[in-house]
Amino acid sequence: MEFVTPPPVRRLTGAEGDIGRLNGSGNGNGSGHRNGNGNGNGSGNGNGDGHRAPAFVSARRPVAPATIAIDRMQVEDLSVDYARKRAVNSVSLPIRQGEVLALIGPSGCGKTTLLRSLNRLTELTKTASSEGQITLDGVDIATIEPTALRRRVTMVFQQPNPFPMSVFDNVAYVLREQASRRPKKRVLQGDVEEALARAGLLDEVRDDLDHAALRLSGGQQQRLCIARALAAHPEVLLLDEPCSALDPQSTKVIEELIVKLRKDVAIVIVTHNLQQAFRVADYVAFMYLGEMVEYASAAHLFSAPREQRTKDYVSGAFG
Amino acid sequence: MDDDSLIDDGPPPGPDQRAERTLGALVCVVVGLVLAMFVFVFHEAWPSFAHNGLHWFGTGGSVDNQIDAIYTSGDNAARAIYTFHAWPLIWSTILITGGAAIVAFVCSLFVAVFIVEFAPDWLRAALQPVVRLLAMVPSVVYGLLGVVVLVPFINNDLISEHAKASVTPIITLDGYSLLAAVVILALMISPLMIAIFVNGLRAVPRGWLEGSLALGVNPWRTMWKVGVRTARPALIAGTVIATARGLGEAVMLEMISGSVGFAPNPADGLVFIYEPSRPLAAAIIANIDQLTSPPMRHTLYAMGAVLLFSAALLSFAGWAAKQPLIRYGLVS
Amino acid sequence: MSTTRAFAAASPPPAAGQRNESSASWRLIDRIGLAFAWFLGLLFCAVTAAMVLYLFVQGIKYLRPSMLVTNPKAGFNESHTGGFFDPLLDTVVISIMSMGLAIPIGIAIAVWLSEFGRPSALARVVESTIEMLAGTPSILLALFGTLLFEAPWLGFLSRTSGGVVFGRSFFAAAAMLALLALPLVVASVREGLQAIPSHVREASYAVGKTKSTTTRRVLLPAARPSVLTGSMLGLGRVIADTAIILLLLGNTLTNDGSGSIPILSMLRGTGSTLTSYIFYNAPTGDGDQPGKAYAAAFVLLLIVLALNVGVDLVGRRGKDLRWSS
Repeated sequence: MEFVTPPPVRRLTGAEGDIGRLNGSGNGNGSGHRNGNGNGNGSGNGNGDGHRAPAFVSARRPVAPATIAIDRMQVEDLSVDYARKRAVNSVSLPIRQGEVLALIGPSGCGKTTLLRSLNRLTELTKTASSEGQITLDGVDIATIEPTALRRRVTMVFQQPNPFPMSVFDNVAYVLREQASRRPKKRVLQGDVEEALARAGLLDEVRDDLDHAALRLSGGQQQRLCIARALAAHPEVLLLDEPCSALDPQSTKVIEELIVKLRKDVAIVIVTHNLQQAFRVADYVAFMYLGEMVEYASAAHLFSAPREQRTKDYVSGAFG
Repeated sequence: MDDDSLIDDGPPPGPDQRAERTLGALVCVVVGLVLAMFVFVFHEAWPSFAHNGLHWFGTGGSVDNQIDAIYTSGDNAARAIYTFHAWPLIWSTILITGGAAIVAFVCSLFVAVFIVEFAPDWLRAALQPVVRLLAMVPSVVYGLLGVVVLVPFINNDLISEHAKASVTPIITLDGYSLLAAVVILALMISPLMIAIFVNGLRAVPRGWLEGSLALGVNPWRTMWKVGVRTARPALIAGTVIATARGLGEAVMLEMISGSVGFAPNPADGLVFIYEPSRPLAAAIIANIDQLTSPPMRHTLYAMGAVLLFSAALLSFAGWAAKQPLIRYGLVS
Repeated sequence: MSTTRAFAAASPPPAAGQRNESSASWRLIDRIGLAFAWFLGLLFCAVTAAMVLYLFVQGIKYLRPSMLVTNPKAGFNESHTGGFFDPLLDTVVISIMSMGLAIPIGIAIAVWLSEFGRPSALARVVESTIEMLAGTPSILLALFGTLLFEAPWLGFLSRTSGGVVFGRSFFAAAAMLALLALPLVVASVREGLQAIPSHVREASYAVGKTKSTTTRRVLLPAARPSVLTGSMLGLGRVIADTAIILLLLGNTLTNDGSGSIPILSMLRGTGSTLTSYIFYNAPTGDGDQPGKAYAAAFVLLLIVLALNVGVDLVGRRGKDLRWSS
């Protein structure tokens, strides 16, 4: 299946502007935002050249850190071009089960392209080409059949896209289409309910699994998409700004879900919301203009980033 | 100066009012004309139905003989004969239209899916004008080609002597047959179905297709389980429109299906697809010279009325088929 | 906080309900389906190419330039039966007449539906009627036409003899053909009008133009590609029709006028078109001169091909002019 243009990526304009205001600023002058050195207060978080961590860092992280980490995928020197325009430039990073990896960066930095390369969804665009290697459990994903790959590395999109069927059929869709013989509904019932439970949706839809999926609220639809993705028992779950189209309550529910799921599934989440990245991620990769500028644990990246560009982005100098 | 385009509180001023009145009158005339068509046709058809009652639709006697009798009796108004049992014609219509609709539906759906997704660029570029051209070829040209190419082929190469002998007492097999009619009619109505199906498939939201692929379902299944499923309203619409066109096809069928009012008999086995017949529309065309005779006229209009009613029924069936789909968000 | 890392050397724990891998991602039935789709796609192209080629070959074999200018004559074999000038002429005449009716009326109805459309109940009735008309077989329109034009008060439109109105004439056929083409014109023009964003209309009303002026000067010119497309599709339907011609044009191979006024007499009289000529000369028709039928079919096909190309060109040009909405 092929589309000619890269998929449209929706960016919300309001939220990014907020980041600048969150800088715990004691400096009244505009120039203080531009470089950490102009900051008047020698902030107490151990960074020598005066970087002041964003206010949300000082709030204690609400979840416990990860306890296991199993290597699942390895990105080695990946570069992706769309019609000769370089979208991702020589990126390498590991993806582990038990950890949530967040990809952050401003619009157009290539994080969504990187995400889509992980399950070879970039191949849907005619003009795309890539170099470098991505391995899944040691096997180069270019040698795995794309459809088989996408069962092990599934994706949830920014815009909830449940199919025009009932809730049950949506979750069962994956199970039905991947089995070699169409399973009976009784058999599927258990698996469907398990997937819905893992996605935190079961209680709300338990009474009426035949409810039309498109009639659910936005947050419920997105959780349904997550349930659908989980039904395939993937090894890696890719999330492309899953909460950007949702209200804060749904966002909270899904974030808690993500943290709970990381033990069983390797999770990579693309987000433009720095606070969200801080809340859910164990490791963060900051990308800018196609390059991976910095990769570090969440705590380090936000409170003590090494690169200047990271500092600027995280403190809201640009977005 | 207030903008009253949002407030609907009266007719627009001046020239707009005149324009609206004129256009409205024209529109009413056209609507009236179409309604008049229904009324007049049924009115003219009534005597034939009145004389025959429900037996009009039944069997009994040879349709061709009945037609002759009706025509010749027209000279004398007092002794006009109306006896008519149209079942062989109706059965033929059902077989040919139904058969062509099924064949065309299957082929058109596969070709539409192929055009939208799986055809390489050069083939897709070739198929679009091909489909459009097939849609525009006149039915009489289809008939001509059928008569000079398909019918002799069926007669000489497909029908065995044995088959001919097996039905000789009842009917002669000469290539003008059910098979020829279904094949050519399916070819005729496919382009219409393909065009509507392709539009429907292209309107499926990209997010759904991508979502299915991202879940690890292969493109073929994605297209069928998500794409075709979503496009069901278009499938229904296309089928209804194309079948209605097939129902009313008169000229081509008159040339190809055979010139006898015979009801093909499935009990004959496979041979039955080689049997000739004559559907309703073709029967009308075959007898247009006989419109001068009053009872014949009423009978022909009665056939037309049945066709009209069937087309309306088909439209209604299409509407009814769409109703359950509204529930799952496929609002048509 | 410490984490333990396990490398990929330890094979990952199997997820619950592991299933078979890549062999199952394209099942056999999927492959068969794709192969079938390929087969059908190629078959359609092959059949069309074969049809067109056959008609071309036979047409060139039998078509003589003299046929285009000679009238059909009675005769025993093909070399004596003349050509098809009158049918060709009549095809052109009837097309002009019927589209001359269908295009203005179609535009009018489309404009009413798109710009006025009050009361809404009437608008729904009109929409349903046009849809019903689109689904009506042409033979039914032909039957209705005979009823209509045999009425005494329409006798001036055809021949009358001995108090009986004949009812078969160019006028009769053109009127019913116009009804046949109407839904196509209406649908296309309506779509074109609805594609124009409302800010264009508002801009015109804002400077004080009336709706009718706006429609005439702004909207219809902007919708010109749709008008052209609809007209060509309608014309295609008119040219291709045979049933209405057979019933309402009287089926005389040459034009048989009625009355003494030159053009009007032809239009009140009977005649035939290329389609009824082909029907007559096909092996199943009364004339049974296949050579003539091929020649006429070839000419008809060329006309249809030209129309097809025209629709394509108009469609392509129409795509370049898009509103930024």
